[in-house]
Amino acid sequence: MRNRSVPLREVHVWEMPVRLYHWINALCIVSLCITGYLIGDPPAFTTSTEAYANYWFGTVRFVHFSSAFLFFFNFVFRTYWGFVGNEFSRWYHFIPYSKKHWMEIKDVIMVDVLQVTNKKIDSIGHNNLAAFIYFMTFLIFLLQSLTGFGMYSAMSSSFFPKLFAWIVPFLGGDMHVRQIHHILMWGFILFAMVHVYLVFYHDYIERRGITSSMIGGWKFIEEDVIERHEKEKD
Amino acid sequence: MEKHIPSFYEEVRGKGISRRDFLKFCTTMAAFLGLEASGVGQIVKALESKPRLPVIWFHFQECTCCSESFIRASHPIVADIVLNKISLDYQETLMAASGVQAEDAYKAVMQKYPGEYIVMVEGSIPTENEAYCCIGGRSALQILQEAVKNCKAVVAWGNCASAGCVQAASPNPTGAKPVHKVISGKPVINVQGCPPIADVMAGVVVHLLTFDRIPQLDGMNRPQAFYSRRVHDTCYRRANFDAGLFVESFDDEGAKRGYCLYKMGCKGPVTYNSCGIIKWNDSVSYPIQSGHPCIGCAEAGFWDNGPFYQHLPEVAGFGIETTADKIGLGLGVATAVGIAGHAIVTNFRKHKEIKNEEPEEGSTVETKKE
Repeated sequence: MRNRSVPLREVHVWEMPVRLYHWINALCIVSLCITGYLIGDPPAFTTSTEAYANYWFGTVRFVHFSSAFLFFFNFVFRTYWGFVGNEFSRWYHFIPYSKKHWMEIKDVIMVDVLQVTNKKIDSIGHNNLAAFIYFMTFLIFLLQSLTGFGMYSAMSSSFFPKLFAWIVPFLGGDMHVRQIHHILMWGFILFAMVHVYLVFYHDYIERRGITSSMIGGWKFIEEDVIERHEKEKD
Repeated sequence: MEKHIPSFYEEVRGKGISRRDFLKFCTTMAAFLGLEASGVGQIVKALESKPRLPVIWFHFQECTCCSESFIRASHPIVADIVLNKISLDYQETLMAASGVQAEDAYKAVMQKYPGEYIVMVEGSIPTENEAYCCIGGRSALQILQEAVKNCKAVVAWGNCASAGCVQAASPNPTGAKPVHKVISGKPVINVQGCPPIADVMAGVVVHLLTFDRIPQLDGMNRPQAFYSRRVHDTCYRRANFDAGLFVESFDDEGAKRGYCLYKMGCKGPVTYNSCGIIKWNDSVSYPIQSGHPCIGCAEAGFWDNGPFYQHLPEVAGFGIETTADKIGLGLGVATAVGIAGHAIVTNFRKHKEIKNEEPEEGSTVETKKE
C-alpha cells in the first residue's frame, strides 16, 4: 500500500454563497450557450407543418431569456459578496494591482503553464493568475449582460430591460450588438474548456481537493503554507 | 410687398383635390404618426392655415432613391407635397431652375426665412477630401454648414444622410459621414431606410408642419412613431419564427409555405422600420412579403454586416465567409489541442509530484523543517 503523511490542515475556502453562485453560474452558462447557439443557428427540427402547431423556437428563446435574468442577478450577487464575503472571495484578489500579484502571476505561468520551474504556489484560494482570468470573465459577463439586455430591451416594455436600451445606439445598432454578443459566447465556451481542464490539472498535481472544494468548500492546505499566510496577515 | 404664401390646403384645392381627399390624407397621416383621434383635427387645421414649409433639399453623395421614393407615396397629396407644396425652394432634382438661378433660389430661402426653413439632406458628406462632392464650386460640407447655420431643423433622408450607407461601407474611400457627424447645434431627424418609406417621409413633414417641433426621436435620432419597432416584431411571418419553421433555401417547401426567412439572412430581427405595417408602393407589399429576407437597409452599417443571405455576418479581417462561429470553432479546436498537449507534458514534467516524490526545488510538501 502506498501512502503518504503530509501535515495538512483543512481550510474552509469557499463559503456556501460562493459555491451556490458557482453552480448557478455554471448551469446558466451551459443553458445560455446551448440555447444561444440554437438561436444563432436553428436546426430544421420541424418542417411541413403550420406555425400554430409548434412553439419550440419560442421556448428556446424563453429559456435563454430566463437563464439570462438568473445569470445576471447571480452575478450581481457575487459582486456584492466580493465586498462582504471571506478573505478568499474579496474583490481585491481579482485585480492585480500590486507587485506581489504580478510576481505570483509570473510564478504560476512558469510553474503550471510552461512548467519550466518547480515552486509551490502559496495562494490558498485562487492563485493570482486564476483570479485575474476570473476578473476578465467578469468583464465578459458584464459585456454579455449589457449586449443581451440591450437587444432584449426592444421586445420588452418592462422597467429593467429598458435600463439597457442605451447600449444599442451606443454600439451603433442591433446588428453590431448581436455580433458582439455572438462572439463573446465563444469566450464563455473557451473559458469553460480551459477552466475544467485546469481543475483536473491542479487536483492531479497538488491534491488539495480543489474539485471537491467547490462542493463542500474545504481545501487541504499544507500547514506551513497556512502558517506563512497567517504570519503575512498579522 | 410680401406675397401671400398659400397654405397647403389652398394649394391642393387649387390642384383640384377635393376636400374629402384632403381629409382622407390627414386621417392617414394621423394614423401613421400614431396620433389619437383629436390629432386629425390638428393636422387639418395646420395644413389649412399655416404657410408652406420653406425647405432646402440637398443632394450630396447619394443615388436620389429617397426623392424617388418620396414622389411615389401612396397618396396623391403626398406626391404633391414634394412637387411644390412644401415649397421646395431648392431641390436639385426637381426644381426647374438651374445654375445661377438655382443658387439664387436657395440663398433667397436662407435670407427670407432665417430660423424657419428646414434643411433636408439626401446623401453623405465626404470628409477624406471635400472635393469628392462639389456643387457650384463649393464642397458639400461648406454648403451644408452654411445652410444649417440659420435653419430650424435638419432632416436626414435615408441611410446615406443618417449613417453613411454604401459610401461609408468599408473601406469608405471618400471618408463619407452622415449629417449628424458633421454638423452640430441643430436637431437632426434621421429618417432611415434605403430609401425610407414614402409615407414615413410624408409623415415626418406633416409632423413638422402641424406641431412646429421635431417628432419624438429614439436613441439614434429616428422618429419613434416609425422606428420604435423591429421589422421582426411586426412581421406577418413571425409565428413561423416562434414555431421554428424556417426557409432553408429559396426554392424549398418552407419558402412555398411562407416560413420565416431568418436562416436566409433576414435582418428583420435587428432592423427598426415600419415595413411590416405601412409597407411599400401604396401598402402593396414589402420585401419579406415578397419572399425576400430583409437586408436591414434602415440600420447603420448594414453593408458591412453582410452577406445579405447569411444569418451571421462575416468578421472583418478574417477573409470572406468567416463568421464568428467558424473562428470560435477554430479556437475551440486549438484550445482542445493545447489542453491535450499540456496534459501530456504535465505527466512528464510533473512526474515527481504525481508520484508524490520530492520535487527538485523549493517544495514545501515535505514538512521536515518542523
